[in-house]
Amino acid sequence: MSKKSFRQAINEALRQEMRRDPRVILMGEDVAGGRGGTSGVKDAWGGVLGVTKGLLTEFGEDRVLDTPITEASYIGAAAGAAATGLRPVAELMFVDFVGCCLDQIMNQAAKFRYMFGGKARTPLVIRAMYGAGFNAAAQHSQALYPLFTHIPGLKVVVPSSPYEAKGLLIEAIRDDDPVIFLENKVMYDDEEEVPDDPYTIPFGEANLTREGDDVTIVAFGRMVKFANEAADRLEKDGISCTVIDPRTTSPLDTGTILDCVTDTGRLVIVDESSPRCNLATDVAALVAEEAFDALKAPIRRVCPPHTPVPFATALESLYVPSTEKIEAAVRSVASYKAKAEA
Amino acid sequence: MSGTITPVTMPKFGLAMTEGKLAGWSVRPGGTVKAGQEIADIETSKITNGYESPAEGILRRQVAAEGDMLPVGALIGILADESVPDAEIDAFIAKFNEEFSSGEDSAAGEAEPQRKIVEIGNLKISVQESGSVHGGIPVLLIHGFGGDLTNWMLNQPALAEKHRVIAFDLPGHGESTKEVGDGSPVTFAETIGKLMSGLEVDRAHVIGHSLGGAIALELAKAKGDAVASLTLIAPAGLGTDINMAFIDGYIEADRRKTLEPVVQYLVHDKSLVTRAMVENIIRFKRLDGVVKGLKTIAETCFHDGKQAFPLRPVLEAYKGPVQVLWGEDDEILSVSGADGLPASVTVTRYPAIGHMPQLEKSSEVNKAVAAFIG
Repeated sequence: MSKKSFRQAINEALRQEMRRDPRVILMGEDVAGGRGGTSGVKDAWGGVLGVTKGLLTEFGEDRVLDTPITEASYIGAAAGAAATGLRPVAELMFVDFVGCCLDQIMNQAAKFRYMFGGKARTPLVIRAMYGAGFNAAAQHSQALYPLFTHIPGLKVVVPSSPYEAKGLLIEAIRDDDPVIFLENKVMYDDEEEVPDDPYTIPFGEANLTREGDDVTIVAFGRMVKFANEAADRLEKDGISCTVIDPRTTSPLDTGTILDCVTDTGRLVIVDESSPRCNLATDVAALVAEEAFDALKAPIRRVCPPHTPVPFATALESLYVPSTEKIEAAVRSVASYKAKAEA
Repeated sequence: MSGTITPVTMPKFGLAMTEGKLAGWSVRPGGTVKAGQEIADIETSKITNGYESPAEGILRRQVAAEGDMLPVGALIGILADESVPDAEIDAFIAKFNEEFSSGEDSAAGEAEPQRKIVEIGNLKISVQESGSVHGGIPVLLIHGFGGDLTNWMLNQPALAEKHRVIAFDLPGHGESTKEVGDGSPVTFAETIGKLMSGLEVDRAHVIGHSLGGAIALELAKAKGDAVASLTLIAPAGLGTDINMAFIDGYIEADRRKTLEPVVQYLVHDKSLVTRAMVENIIRFKRLDGVVKGLKTIAETCFHDGKQAFPLRPVLEAYKGPVQVLWGEDDEILSVSGADGLPASVTVTRYPAIGHMPQLEKSSEVNKAVAAFIG
């Protein structure tokens, strides 16, 4: 056991699974980075932010494939390779680039098992970076997990910490269905204790990072950290929160969410994706439908505004949900008093 | 001349502890305490434990409030008799806090001894050593089924004051290799024999808990005089019954909700089972190979819901000193296992204590071990 960054945790998961199973291969733009360059160094990049660094050196060019800048071709190739016996991990770099290969994901990989009557397996993992706060502007900053969550046949993972990332990525690689694995690029240097040995965290099983009596907070990915910070501050004022990290948006652990809301009667959802048709609306609908009688206050959603992610630093920092906004939302539901009936 | 003032400070439970939360006071302000009487409950990231008063006196002040998170060594309360004026106590607190905050960097105490990996054939064994190499015969700590070396967190530091103390993770446990072979006490004892050689330990006082007790007996059988004494804490092998709801539940449960009641079998005071304790077990069980290894051990050692290894003859044949420590409210291995042992065996039964007296009654266990091994 030692402290590892989010980046190292993902690298270690890939490395250990590639050692364990020769069918696991990597492909993507600059996953090695040397091809076509002039430096002569084959492992020049190791992914644009260095996540796959060193894997080419250990596993060679047959298993770590630098691809041309054609998402449609290599995501399609990865889906085909998965259907025919390999276990590819394809890196889409910025998740925003999914626009170029959505057919390969949405109409092909996601549908194989269904269209072939359950006879096809598609053990494909697509890794991609998401999230604002990196000053990468509107085309490189979106949090598109709701898009994938919407598509039946995909599993969607949004890890919230290095420990979670390693266990969930190994689970993703061993899963026989296509998995979209989304990494918040602002978290790559976050560190925590991560076991050296391989381990798996099952999909569809939410993690309660803390348990309280007053308000349930559901948060995704990087927002889990902010929700915990807000809960720490609120605790000092006597407001105790349960914080739920669903880990996967598909499958979603609806049971745990409903159980916790039934206990606390109040719900705040923190989702850094665009506010229309996102996970916050999805969870709000679930609770309104299934746990209406338990609610003591309106459900509050803490989301960015419905705009492209701004490039200007000052605006970008206002865009992302913050600890302060979460704290304010929790206070508003904690102090909510129903209007007396007329 | 007025009486003395005794500061009550945040204790250090285990080598890794740097801070703790005052979970609750057991004594009201103005209440009288004896030395050794529980004065407060302290919660750490790993465990909640009762803290015993360092001295006799009146709890004149509760400096820390319930819920306060404080570094190890921070002042939490003041003991003094009634003759000490309030002003003197105020001055003492001010001076203590000033000195403490100026030296706070060192107050958390020495860092946790680094773990090391000892390779035995193709097994990697995670070992944590502390104490003096020149402290006479070393002490070897063997944890039980599903445990790890942190089970000794409240004992290792105390024993290390006089001895070289070696705690380690059994194969299939903690940070050791997850390969358990046939999972029998004999196989584990063989590995430990090799571990002793690897660590250049010719002879050791061996302390085994639960399944670790059975392993200690097998080790004594195999190594004879190299085992200088045996301290068996709620050991397997002396009775036949075992709570299979614990064994099966520990293997099967993979969520906090289902695992928590299983872990609660381990202790009499159920409030000792914290979220963090259960979370650590879940994390352990997620590691590749762990559940498979535990199943193998359970299948070998607790076949058909009975303890498969009757070790009373081994205990009777062993020539060194033996003591047995057992919680009277053990819900996993009945304390009746301590009945009918040879007269030479020292038996201590702890009332209102469960399967882990080394955690639940650590100070008594530490005293018993210290008195026994010298």
